[in-house]
Amino acid sequence: MNNATQAGASQSGPKRVERPLSPHLQIYRPQLTSMTSILTRITGNGLIVGTLLAVWWLVAAATGPEAFATANAVATSWFGDLVFACSALGLWYHYLAGLRHLYFDAGHGLDIATAEKLGWACLGGSVILTIITIIIVQ
Amino acid sequence: MRYLTDRKRAVGNGSARSGTEHHWYMTVSAVALAFMVPTWIYIFGAALGGTREEVVATFGQPFVAILTGLVLFVGMQHFAKGATMMIEDYAKGSMRKGLVILAISLSYAITAAGIFALVRMAL
Repeated sequence: MNNATQAGASQSGPKRVERPLSPHLQIYRPQLTSMTSILTRITGNGLIVGTLLAVWWLVAAATGPEAFATANAVATSWFGDLVFACSALGLWYHYLAGLRHLYFDAGHGLDIATAEKLGWACLGGSVILTIITIIIVQ
Repeated sequence: MRYLTDRKRAVGNGSARSGTEHHWYMTVSAVALAFMVPTWIYIFGAALGGTREEVVATFGQPFVAILTGLVLFVGMQHFAKGATMMIEDYAKGSMRKGLVILAISLSYAITAAGIFALVRMAL
């Protein structure tokens, strides 16, 4: 009966397609699993910024007092604090998501309920570990 | 009956024609970094904000120098392969080749600069 209605509609109006159209961007709902996976890539690649600042600071310390004064001023400024705080968050997120990846690779936790729990664990855990890191090293 | 092993059939396949080598390297370096990075973050964070003499003394210690060298080398190789994978997903043709070369070169340059700093501080 449904098919008959569909057939009738297709003759008078626009053709209805019953198969899922994907990606349907207007109603697309991002999933926690895909978003936490993409975030792993973003944080991993973004860590290059903090690495550049850290290595510049190390090279300057090895080179001499003037070079260190310049690099240390940047590394300990509000800009340096921002870069290293974001790097800590990115690093801990990438760390936890990497452990999750190893767990997935071993064939565990692949059902949606567990995968979503692990996603929340990566998001929440990275914030907690970042706060702990900042408290310890400040 | 299959005469070829699973591994033999994977060799030469994959988008880069290198089989499972890339995936396996990322697994190995990820485990290595998982053990080393927390200690290194603590050392780096504690050293940051100190005077130049304190920084040089910290990174001149054998354990700290070796750990920092390992984190830099393994971390930059992990980055080079991860960034290559990202570039291969989003860029094509000459742009892809150029960006992959840039990512790998940057990784080596950062590693060399860091090791120079460590050698100078340790000796």
